[in-house]
Amino acid sequence: MSTRNIVAAVMFSVLAVFFILTALMLSFGAPIKSQMDDYIITHTQNETGTNSAVTTIVFDYRGFDTLGEATILFGAVSGVLMIFRRVKK
Amino acid sequence: MSEMSKIVRTLSNITFPFIMVFGLYVIAHGHLTPGGGFQGGAVAASGCVMLIVAYGSTWIFEKIKVSRLSAFESLGALGFIGVAFFGLIFGGYFFNNFLVRTGILFNIIPETGFTGSEFNTAGVLPLMNFAVGVKVIAGVFAIVVVMAYASSLKEWKQ
Repeated sequence: MSTRNIVAAVMFSVLAVFFILTALMLSFGAPIKSQMDDYIITHTQNETGTNSAVTTIVFDYRGFDTLGEATILFGAVSGVLMIFRRVKK
Repeated sequence: MSEMSKIVRTLSNITFPFIMVFGLYVIAHGHLTPGGGFQGGAVAASGCVMLIVAYGSTWIFEKIKVSRLSAFESLGALGFIGVAFFGLIFGGYFFNNFLVRTGILFNIIPETGFTGSEFNTAGVLPLMNFAVGVKVIAGVFAIVVVMAYASSLKEWKQ
């Protein structure tokens, strides 16, 4: 058994122990602290004037996340058009 | 791929306007109802893809320039980042919702609670939804057009 396999086995077992401990520590639905939810629900209409709180989170409160999504789409389109760039009429 | 039968073409002719209207409605009402730029753009782009399936990729590829679709996709991305940078200029930080209380456009503040849907609300969110919708429609349609046309070429089939 090589050193690489031993290291991989140790890493995998440590990771498995962490996952099992995490699954055992929390009960379903915990934690129940909802400060962020309450803030968004109560302040969305007053701060941004939007009736849809989900769109407000996606485009306003978490705008950088949406910027990353748009960048991923742009990269996908650029990659496909670059791969098929030899297609001519 | 070649075009399909006359039944399929007629049915796609009938249903294409409804799909496009629904997709554009989801984009335009992104700040009022579930959905937004990504979802409505995907709906409208799948309506365009239905035309490829019905009429054949060669006919569509001759009608539409892919470079123009790519330009629209870049235009959508630039509009999205441009609105975010306008927030940096007028409001002080990136992605600031600078249109809400200025009285220019989309500036009405609804009452807290269950209120009616007023279209003229939400600040920069309709602009961002529109930019992302244009981007998603053009991007997905360009991908499908290019791949469908390339799959029908002889030199790719070996």
